[in-house]
Parts: sequence; C-alpha cells; structure tokens
Amino acid sequence: MATRESPLASVAPEPGVAKPDPILVVEHIRRAFGGLQAVDVGRLEIQRNTITSLIGPNGAGKTTLFNLLTGFDRADDGIWHLNGGPLVGIPAYRVARKGVVRTFQLTRSLARLTVVENVLLAATNQHGESLLGGLFSPWRRTEKANAEKAEELLDRFGLMHMRDEFAGSLSGGQRKLLELARAMMVRPELIMLDEPMAGVNPALTQTLLHHITALRDSGKTVIFIEHDMDVVQEISDWVIVLAQGRLIAEGPPSHIAANDDVIDAYLGRHHGEVP
Amino acid sequence: MDWGDILFDGVLAALGPAGAAYALSAMGLNLQFGYTGLLNFGHVAFMMAGAYGTAITVDAGGSLWLGVIVGIASGALLGMLLGIPTLRLRADYLAIVTISIGEIMRLFARSGFAEPLTGGVFGIQAFAGEFFDLNPFAPGARYGWGEFVFQGRALFVSLVGWALVGLGVIVTWKLIRSPWGRVVRAVREDEDAVRSLGKNVFFYKLQALMLGGAFGALAGLLLAIEQQNVTPNSFEPRVTFFLYVVVIVGGAGTVIGPVIGSLIFQFLFFFFDSFMGSAQEQGWFDWAGFDATDAAQVKLVLVGAGLMALMAFRPQGIFGSKEEMLVGDT
Repeated sequence: MATRESPLASVAPEPGVAKPDPILVVEHIRRAFGGLQAVDVGRLEIQRNTITSLIGPNGAGKTTLFNLLTGFDRADDGIWHLNGGPLVGIPAYRVARKGVVRTFQLTRSLARLTVVENVLLAATNQHGESLLGGLFSPWRRTEKANAEKAEELLDRFGLMHMRDEFAGSLSGGQRKLLELARAMMVRPELIMLDEPMAGVNPALTQTLLHHITALRDSGKTVIFIEHDMDVVQEISDWVIVLAQGRLIAEGPPSHIAANDDVIDAYLGRHHGEVP
Repeated sequence: MDWGDILFDGVLAALGPAGAAYALSAMGLNLQFGYTGLLNFGHVAFMMAGAYGTAITVDAGGSLWLGVIVGIASGALLGMLLGIPTLRLRADYLAIVTISIGEIMRLFARSGFAEPLTGGVFGIQAFAGEFFDLNPFAPGARYGWGEFVFQGRALFVSLVGWALVGLGVIVTWKLIRSPWGRVVRAVREDEDAVRSLGKNVFFYKLQALMLGGAFGALAGLLLAIEQQNVTPNSFEPRVTFFLYVVVIVGGAGTVIGPVIGSLIFQFLFFFFDSFMGSAQEQGWFDWAGFDATDAAQVKLVLVGAGLMALMAFRPQGIFGSKEEMLVGDT
C-alpha cells in the first residue's frame, strides 16, 4: 500500500469522476472490431503523478484502450487530451515524443541490438538519427552524454553487466527490465505499461514494483495493466476497471476490492481461475 | 584442359565491371534487406531505372553526366513511389509490389508502343561515348601480367566501378555506425517498439528503400555504360535473386559482405562457365551426349551446389556473425 498522502483521497470512487490535476482526460472513446464493441468509455481522467492500475477480465479492452491512446490504433470516435492538448489522430511516434511511452504485453526487445544500443535508441535528442545528420553532423558529442545517461539507467535496472550483449540473449525478466529502462530514456511524463509483471518470477515482480513506485516518486505518471490483485493492491493509488469495453468502476484499491460490480464482472465470474 | 585459364576467367570476371556492378547493387539491397529488413524482391527494377534513366536522357539529347544524375534520381524516385503506398502496410506488401514492378517495367520497356522512348526489344545503344572519351588507357591494348589481363576499356570501367564500390562501402559504414543506422537496424528487429520510442518508422523505411534504390540504379547504369547498351532482357527477375545470393553469401547486414559476396558469386559463375565450356569441348561429356547448351545448364547446377556448400558451412554468410544470427531467432 502506498504510504504517502494520496492526492486522490478526496475524490469520490465513481466511474468517470473528475480528478484534481489530470494529466490525461478521455471523453467518449470508442472502438469496434466488426460487431464487437471493444472499447466504449464515456469519461476517464488520470491523475498526474500517481500509479493507476487498469484491470478487467480478458477481452475487456484494456490493451485496445492502450493502443488507442498511444496512436497504435485508430478510435472510431472520441476525444482525449494530454495536459490539455489534443492527442487524437496523432501517429504513435509523435505521441511518444509528446511524453507518452508505452510498453507491450509481449516484450519487444530489439534482439540484434546490444543492450546499451536498445537504450541509446530511445534518446530523443540525437540529430545523428537523420540521414544527413548521421553522415555529417557531430553526433558523437550527444552520443557520449546519452551513453552516460543510458549507463546510469542500466545500472539502476541491474543490467550494466549485460551492457554489450545482444538484447536477444537476455532472459525474459531482464527483457522486461530493459524495456522499462528504454522507456525511461525517452524521458516520458506518462508511462503506460501493458502487463509488466506477466510471466515474471516473484522476486523480480518485487523489483519491478519497486521501480514502478520509484517512477511515480520521481514525478512520473504510471498507468499499468495488471491481473494480479495482490500487486494492484500493493502499489496502486487508483484503480480503474474495464469490463466488455466499458468503465464499470474506479476508486482506490481498497474500494475496488469491495466493489460488488467488480466482483461480479471480474473476480466473481472468474474466481478460481485468477491466480 | 588449362586450369590456369579457367581460374583466371573466374578471377577476371569477379574483378571486372560486372563484379563491381553486382557489389554496388547488392550493397543497396543489403541496406534495404540486410539492415532495414525490407523485403524488396524487385531490386532489378532499380537497376533498370538507373540504366534506362541514363540512356533515355542521352537519347533525348542530354549529356551523359546529366543522364547519370537522372539515372540515380530515377532509382531513388522509384523507391519513393513504391514505398509510399506499401511501407505503412505489412512487410509482405512491399514484396508483392516490388516483384511486380520489375516485370511491369521490363515488359513496358520491350513493348511496341514504348519503342520511341525505350527502343523496344532492341533497347538503346551507344550513349556512353563521353565516358569512354575519358579513358586514359588504350581501349584495345592489354594490361596485366601473363594470363591476368584486362583490355584497356574493361580496365577503365572496372577501376571506376570499384572506386564507386569503395565510396559506397565508406558511406554505408559511416551510416550504419551512426545513430541513423541504429534506428534502421532497430526497425528491422521490431517496428512497433521503435515507434513507441518516438521514431518515424515509415520515414526511415522510405529513406532506406530510396537510398538502396539509388545504389541499385548506379549499378544498373554502370553496367549499361560498360556495355554501351540497355535492353529489357538484361533485367529479368533472376537478377534480383542473384543479388539476394550475393548478399546472403557475403553476410546480410554486414558492410563488406555484399562486396565479398559479389566476388565469390562472379568467380563461381565464370569459373564453372569456363570449366564446363572447355570440358565440353574436350569431349568429357560425349558419353552423355551433352552439347554446349547442356554444358551451360550444368554450370548453373555446379554454381548452385557451390553456393549451397557455402551456406551449409557458413549459414550466416562469410562476414556474418553466428551469434547475431542465432540471437535474432529468439
């Protein structure tokens, strides 16, 4: 349980409730795949500098919502803002440049790049990344500064000893850490993690939780999709619940655990299957 | 049978203009396929754009040097035209479109109604006089030692060709080691991951396709200049697959691989060509009733077997790294 004073303490636990300082505001976002309404969320606000968990049964539309918000998929309808600026219809790479970085359910390490190259790639200030810049600009100076930053991140995520190995030779857990380090290199404001703890052993889960909490404490906003209720209870400031594409509940974790709608839609029906 | 002659036939072909042109063209394909992961199955179309771009410009009254610029630009432009509609889609679509465009261009060039422009099946000849005016060697004279001889004309083209290959190697080397190269290699691994880190993946793929296309066009126009001749039949689809062999044998995704691949490929090709030719003449195949045409077919079987042996012993190519190859499968 987060021990600090939550900025959300006075917010009513109702679906679509307004937050005191939202970084992300979503209105009427909808996406259908054929006849299936995958996402249909009326209003959703994400409080700045908090950890928000997004939970819901399989097929609830969690990943689809992530894809829509980060420009990896197009919404049929809807408006959403980051820090008051519209984010609709912007391609994924520009969403990332605006400070929203997402990770993927299946880790996507760049196998034939080294670990440090994976992180260096994520730097946003490298002019040598243009074709002419790569040939003619003095990119090495920037590269040196970036390498220091990258090594700092690798150190923090316990990957420094793998610095020059191919990312493809990392274990599953190390890849999760690398993905997190890489995302940090973009210097995002909002980090969206799609099941960062899936398939990870309990010890590493604790490490990841520690890192995620540290991100929040350093001023970032984190949204993450998770199935393990213990994990959700442990680190979330706020929980939002999707079922069949709709936002059925939101509130502090203690409230969600006791919410009848959530138990019906999620815990109840799948009880015994959820680990 | 004179083994020295046969060996030198292979070596001379490898070091000759065709070896240089294949190396240049394969470097372009390597940028696209080896580094960026683009499945371009119509690289011959870029060579054709370069060759015809040059020849048509001169035919229309332009200077050869303008033609060279037009030729290279045509390759890049073709990359843009093919890339814009396909590079946002899955990788397979680029493969389909490129394999078709090569044939479309070849069939267009040889069609009757395009004849005023392309010269139809006979193509365009004698457009590279300005290039050979610069030849410092006596065209018909023989330069070299013993069996190792180039004619002055071929020597000039070869030197220019290999100088261009050297330049291409330097540019590729600089680019691939730069942050641009890192992004491009990352695109090959996983586009979505690169997108999520704020890179315009589409633009990088387009750049790689255009740059590779320009290399291909340069190779195509070099061959055309050397032969003073462009005809549609030099641009059959198999050229693309020869180039894939060159890239993979040398080591896809390595700077020097395509150059070495081209040397090996040309050597094997003409070594076995010369070998089968003299073996047939000496009656080695009389028991099987082989004529010269049959011998030429068997040559391709031998070239294929040689390449298969290379791949069996070095699946990553001559310069490829085994570790890198294995890691890519995970």
